[in-house]
Amino acid sequence: MKLGGYQGKILRVNLSTGETKIEPINEEWARLFIGGRGYGTRIMYEEVDPKVDPLSEENKVIIATGPLGGTLAPSSGRVMVITKGALNGAIACSNAGGHFGPALKHAGYDMIIFEGKAKAPVYLWINNGNVEIRDAKHIWGKSVDETDKILRGETHSEAETMAIGPAGEKLSLIANVMFNAHRASGRTGVGAVVGSKNLKGIAVRGNIPIMVADPDKFMEAVYKTRDKLAKDPIASGGLPLYGTDVLVNIINEYGGFPTRNAQDAYMPDANKIGGETLRERNLIRNEGCADCPIACGRVTEIKEGKYKGEHGGGPEYESVWALGAMCGISDLDAVIMANYLCDRYGLDTISAGSTVACAMELYEKGYMPESDSPIKLEFGSGDALVEAIKLMGEQNTPLGKLLAQGSYRLAEHYGHPELSMSSKKQEFPAYDPRAFKGIGLNYATSNRGACHVRGYTIAAEALSKTADRLAYEGKGMLTKIFQDLTAALDSTGTCLFTTFGLGADDLASLYSAAVGVECDGNEFMKLGERIWNLEKLWNLKVGFTRKDDTLPPRILKEPVKTGASKGEIEELDKMLDDYYKVRGWDKNSIPTDEKLKELGIYDLK
Amino acid sequence: MLNPLKCTGCRACEDVCSFAHEGVFNPIDARIKVTTFLEELTFVPSVCLQCEEPYCAEVCPTGALVKDTETGLVKFDANKCIGCKQCVVACPWGSIKMTHSTREIIKCDNCGGDPACIKVCPSKAITYEEVEDVVLAKQHSTAAQYKEIAKSMAKGVNP
Repeated sequence: MKLGGYQGKILRVNLSTGETKIEPINEEWARLFIGGRGYGTRIMYEEVDPKVDPLSEENKVIIATGPLGGTLAPSSGRVMVITKGALNGAIACSNAGGHFGPALKHAGYDMIIFEGKAKAPVYLWINNGNVEIRDAKHIWGKSVDETDKILRGETHSEAETMAIGPAGEKLSLIANVMFNAHRASGRTGVGAVVGSKNLKGIAVRGNIPIMVADPDKFMEAVYKTRDKLAKDPIASGGLPLYGTDVLVNIINEYGGFPTRNAQDAYMPDANKIGGETLRERNLIRNEGCADCPIACGRVTEIKEGKYKGEHGGGPEYESVWALGAMCGISDLDAVIMANYLCDRYGLDTISAGSTVACAMELYEKGYMPESDSPIKLEFGSGDALVEAIKLMGEQNTPLGKLLAQGSYRLAEHYGHPELSMSSKKQEFPAYDPRAFKGIGLNYATSNRGACHVRGYTIAAEALSKTADRLAYEGKGMLTKIFQDLTAALDSTGTCLFTTFGLGADDLASLYSAAVGVECDGNEFMKLGERIWNLEKLWNLKVGFTRKDDTLPPRILKEPVKTGASKGEIEELDKMLDDYYKVRGWDKNSIPTDEKLKELGIYDLK
Repeated sequence: MLNPLKCTGCRACEDVCSFAHEGVFNPIDARIKVTTFLEELTFVPSVCLQCEEPYCAEVCPTGALVKDTETGLVKFDANKCIGCKQCVVACPWGSIKMTHSTREIIKCDNCGGDPACIKVCPSKAITYEEVEDVVLAKQHSTAAQYKEIAKSMAKGVNP
């Protein structure tokens, strides 16, 4: 392997046979798809039929890092889970922070491919290149934080861990994969896929060095980008001070903060769950993922009331929104408690919160018979929220089992799928498309189902205000730019939050010096575009078409009732044709031959 | 000065230290160490404190470790080191160790007066300060608290 930044090795683990194998990184693929998300998708495309049942033995799970992971590049601690997602069958890449990614590289591997299914629960212990599949029967059923502790106890006190909780074990379609006990690869139901393989977790440590191609040029880029972030008002101001929850008041003031299952987009008492309040009432300290100068992570404690003494990581903005605003709840302690519970069960907070909100609307409208629910699912009730999360996590009641499948299956079960606030069956996050037109286009076209971190147009539509949030014109290009940039930077193993202060040129300078390839900002964007189109090709083979690139009817038809976006709806069709055009796709969202040839992936069609 | 209250646990100090001294990213070869207590989410940085009466220098049979009275540093001379590891045993902080690759003794050399770890620490958990300034800052902080207490007590006495 001539490229810098990579360790050059992939670990393949066949859980059915117990065999492990080391394979070299394919240099051509690395040049075309970087690492992490892009490279992982290329492996999936090569080895897995897009039509397989996501929870079958034929599906594979890839735990991957990128070439910048574990270096001093700002916020380069990301780890990615790439698989066919359990929630909707689309290509799933769900990524997390913490310290697992760098540890995997120090153990000698860029990524792990899991295939098959273990006969009984197991975990993987990787110690400096030595790999051992160990029995995990005694850990099956344990919460994520307990699992993390046991894995470290049985392996090494400084091992970094990955774990699923009871939700993943019981194949909840909104189960996540947790790293270091409280950093989540939250979305698309990756936890269920891991659970379906009887894989409880991984412990990893090592002391193999990570080398970059051009050390002098790399360190110059490191100090330049770290300086830029230190001067950025969001990356070095709002985020470390208030965490991502700083967005509550900002987004609510725009009237783009969906409340009560998006029946409105403005919450009068939102400040009670905002980052400023969280800092004052619950913050203990900031936590930074590996090599991160931002350190937006919250270490919190509940200091009064019935949950007094509970402590943990988070909550993040999206979690506060889903568990709080969407359920009409302004009781911050209940929201934090629900967030801790989701982490312990291994549930995606966005989907979990939005599913409880959906259940509350079904219950209040009488679509769900009262007799179906052991709790009074009323909007605004913190107790109902906490109890509903427990039902969802334990799955020992019919309602719990239903909730654990996400809002789409829940709403469909009661005959009202339109009440699921989702796209491609995945719950959308904390920005109302009626208030920010571009983010709706991104939700609808996101390759993994509704998601904000595929193309965070909010940075332009709400934070830097470089785009008119209510305009439709130009949103196709805006969405494409954010989607392509994110696909590339994810694949390098850095965090999206660096883009508050850094552009494609900056990221390209880090990538190019670390790996030792020529790459400027334009090339970097092209890498991202190639990755995006490869993901799209996967989704086309699954059977997704233009009709799936849509949003809930409520967002398209029901005007916002109060706040700064009163009267607004989202006219998605006005943007879709434009988006497909700037992407070089036809009207049915199929990439043209010219585009695929331009990107060098025509042969993969 | 090392401040666990400010440390975010990002461990950039370990990466920059190993890079500055070894040219690679590898925390095991860093002179500085951050210990993570995951249950409490607490992070504690530790590094050679350049002791006034360094045990490491006392046990060193070849004079490879010497307290430099001018700079205050405990200096290490690799040419004199025979690798007996008595300094590793003697250091109460675990701040003297061996590289995992070459098995050579390593310890913090303050990067010759311009420590790389301080440059990358985003939360100022590691700083380079005069002892007198640290003491003064602590005195001021305690005095400010005491001033408030005194004020409220005075109100109680003379309402």
